[in-house]
Amino acid sequence: MDMPKPDESVIARRREIVIAMREIVSGEGVIDDLDALKTYDCDGLMAYRQPPMIVVLPENTEQVSRVLRYCSEHGVKIVPRGAGTGLSGGALPLADAVTIGLARLNRILDIDYENRAVVAQPGVTNLAITQAVEQEGFYYAPDPSSQIACSIGGNVAENSGGVHCLKYGLTTNNVLGVEMVLMNGEIVRLGGKHLDAGGYDLLGVLTGSEGLLGVFTEVTVRILRKPECARALLVGFPSVAAGGACVANVIGAGIIPGGMEMMDKPAIHATEDFVHAGYPMDVEALLIVELDGPLVEVEHLIGRVEAIARDTGATYVRMSESEEERLAFWSGRKNAFPAIGRVSPDYICMDGTIPRKELANVLARMQDLARQHNLGVANVFHAGDGNLHPLILFDANEPGELERAEQFGADILRLCVEVGGVLTGEHGVGVEKRDLMGEMFTEDDMKQQQRVKCAFDPEHLLNPGKVYPTLHRCAELGRLHVHHGQMPFPDIPRF
Amino acid sequence: MAETLRPETTAQILDAVKWAMAEETPLEVVGGASKRGYGRPVEAAHTLDLSACAGITSYEPSELYLSCRAGTTMAEIATAIADADQMLAFEPPDLGPLFGGVAGSGTLAGAVACNLSGPRRVMAGAARDHVLGFNAVSGRGEEFKSGGTVVKNVTGFDLSKLMAGSFGTLAVMTDITVKTLPRPEKVRTVLARWPADGVYDPAAMKAMAAALGSAHEVTAAAYLPANVASHSAVDYIRASGGAVTAIRVDGPGPSAEHRASELTTLMARFCHETEVLHSQNSQTFWREVGDVQYFASEQERPIWCLSVAPSDGAAVALDIHESIYGEIFYDWGGGLVWLALPPSDDAGAEIVRAVVDRFGGHATLVRAAADIRACVPVFHPQPAALADVTRRVKEGFDPHAILNPGRMLPAI
Repeated sequence: MDMPKPDESVIARRREIVIAMREIVSGEGVIDDLDALKTYDCDGLMAYRQPPMIVVLPENTEQVSRVLRYCSEHGVKIVPRGAGTGLSGGALPLADAVTIGLARLNRILDIDYENRAVVAQPGVTNLAITQAVEQEGFYYAPDPSSQIACSIGGNVAENSGGVHCLKYGLTTNNVLGVEMVLMNGEIVRLGGKHLDAGGYDLLGVLTGSEGLLGVFTEVTVRILRKPECARALLVGFPSVAAGGACVANVIGAGIIPGGMEMMDKPAIHATEDFVHAGYPMDVEALLIVELDGPLVEVEHLIGRVEAIARDTGATYVRMSESEEERLAFWSGRKNAFPAIGRVSPDYICMDGTIPRKELANVLARMQDLARQHNLGVANVFHAGDGNLHPLILFDANEPGELERAEQFGADILRLCVEVGGVLTGEHGVGVEKRDLMGEMFTEDDMKQQQRVKCAFDPEHLLNPGKVYPTLHRCAELGRLHVHHGQMPFPDIPRF
Repeated sequence: MAETLRPETTAQILDAVKWAMAEETPLEVVGGASKRGYGRPVEAAHTLDLSACAGITSYEPSELYLSCRAGTTMAEIATAIADADQMLAFEPPDLGPLFGGVAGSGTLAGAVACNLSGPRRVMAGAARDHVLGFNAVSGRGEEFKSGGTVVKNVTGFDLSKLMAGSFGTLAVMTDITVKTLPRPEKVRTVLARWPADGVYDPAAMKAMAAALGSAHEVTAAAYLPANVASHSAVDYIRASGGAVTAIRVDGPGPSAEHRASELTTLMARFCHETEVLHSQNSQTFWREVGDVQYFASEQERPIWCLSVAPSDGAAVALDIHESIYGEIFYDWGGGLVWLALPPSDDAGAEIVRAVVDRFGGHATLVRAAADIRACVPVFHPQPAALADVTRRVKEGFDPHAILNPGRMLPAI
């Protein structure tokens, strides 16, 4: 993984930059001690590490603005960081950049039940938003697995998902507004408690922009009333193909479950050994289907889903009879990553999305790839929306295994794109999938995306080296080749 | 001489844009041309008409998406997906008649370019939330794409969002993929009738907030003052003699009934007179609301659409009413205020915008005479920093302002 070559002239000015940062943020909010900086040397993608030049932890929007303005005026790069739980290296530091951490902006500013909105600072955790409103029966719908730790600012930057996206949407469908700081230090607001913006949907393109366009300092999200009840169905199949067919048939029958998750045999065994959720061990694929809503609807739909499951060859069907049992069904799925961590010294979690109908095909071909690379793979996935999380098992202490695992991962993502899917469903491109962008996009596609970057950050100071494999200078991207007066009138039907 | 180019292929669209670039002559990009009056008048000699780039290219109901050429009519899409018991959940309105045209001529590219959404917006989102991907030709004469056909996708910047609501000023879309969802089995609308006949009844607003904040997955909430309710084609609403709050729920048979009954109980806490509309009447009524049919007549009246925090809707309307009297109704639980004003030189812009600025939100001049739209900002003016970003985004896609110049702002 090649990162942009550090600018030695900036590193040479490190002391001067530290002094300038201390004038903006006092006390422990500026970290320049080399040992302390190591704490920030990676995010959730721990295979890549680089201590930042300096870490700054501002306490308010004005400080964020002043930090960015200084860096903009002095040509210093910025890497924004939320809780550091991202899985694609979006917050991987750069040797010549200031990492700006938003963790100290951690207050909920406004809870507005009448407008069903919460205004929070970016460092508030995803779960804390739900906890702040649950006594009134509300919750915030997107629920990434890291929700206990990940921050809402990071969620917006990554357009995070979770198990409930199928019915309730991703972060982008649940964010109403932001306050943000542009790279030049200007503070702007987009959206609010009202819906849609007049003018270009800048909020839409900022959501999921992986820290390349601005730094969020406040987020307004919509909250929903909790469904009256929820029940889950645990369904086992003798083949992955049958499980995949069941998913398609449920949706084909017009049912959109609150969650529909699948695990393959290695994942079932690893999780059952770990949390003893009561999963059947003799099936090839396990589905968890959760229905939520009023009791009459849940009772009605769960019966229909059960019938569909049996028709598609389910060999095991169990319905949750209590809230404890429903949570037990989920406990295995939610602990799948640590469970895999117990059976393999290391693992990489991939994140492609495929059309649902390709599930069985992709899993079969993934097994072929596993044999080719001589590595194990366990699969957990958001089956309802075709979002795969293959966990590639390897041992970093064995020479060459990490590289082989990375190649295997890249092959899986190429396969996802080949069958009509995408490189990343919810973890982001970051540095991890940066060099695979060309599998999905042409050079022109990527250049057009980068022209949006130029509209926000013409000097490429914000999080450079992430998402796009080639950094084009904005002047070069802006160049236009026009054949003045030399194009023939097009041969097109006209009236 | 003004020409209307009617390309049939992406290659022809590319040729047209390259020619326009070379000649430095802008193009007005239209689909069905049903919303040509939406936005500022375009300063272009020639027209690029996408209506021949039409047809559904891929639709598999269990994959929950539909791909089509950009100029496919909404009517064709609606028929195809209705056959599979599916819908476009953003409930795209047909604004043709509001602009004095005929119904049924709008295209998907038009609905996306205007980021349309209907009453279901409150729970399901707008067009922006349902575009999964697209192909386009930029004003630089380059083909590009973004997104795909799957819902879960965070690969690269989400340019679909930018295309939605850009009124054709960034690129000419050639192909679009939208999300489709199962159509609910049953629909019920719970109505509450209010004696007041003014702009609003405070209890009516509270009732909408209570319904939207309930666990019943309310899919629409509107309030019609008596004068607007009297235009409805639905008997109960037209004959109510007062103002009406309407709350829609749907789902499988048993749950739609259950939700309607629970909401009737909830509404009864605010209002004694309630009624439930069944599927047919519900459909008629919400079409009226979404398509703004109540304001289709008297074309000379300027029409405004205000997006504000739902709890501010009534106060915003009252403040405007203190200065100009017009007809009003509310959708999105009070967060969307439709306003028909008497004709005037600035269509009431000074007053409307001053009030909206005080509360927060934005006001769009949806319909007005062309000469008024040429000088009164149609879209809510942005602060300088955002206006700068907007200008630079436009330059990134269409540096010579070949596509729909002036449609959104002078030169944009």
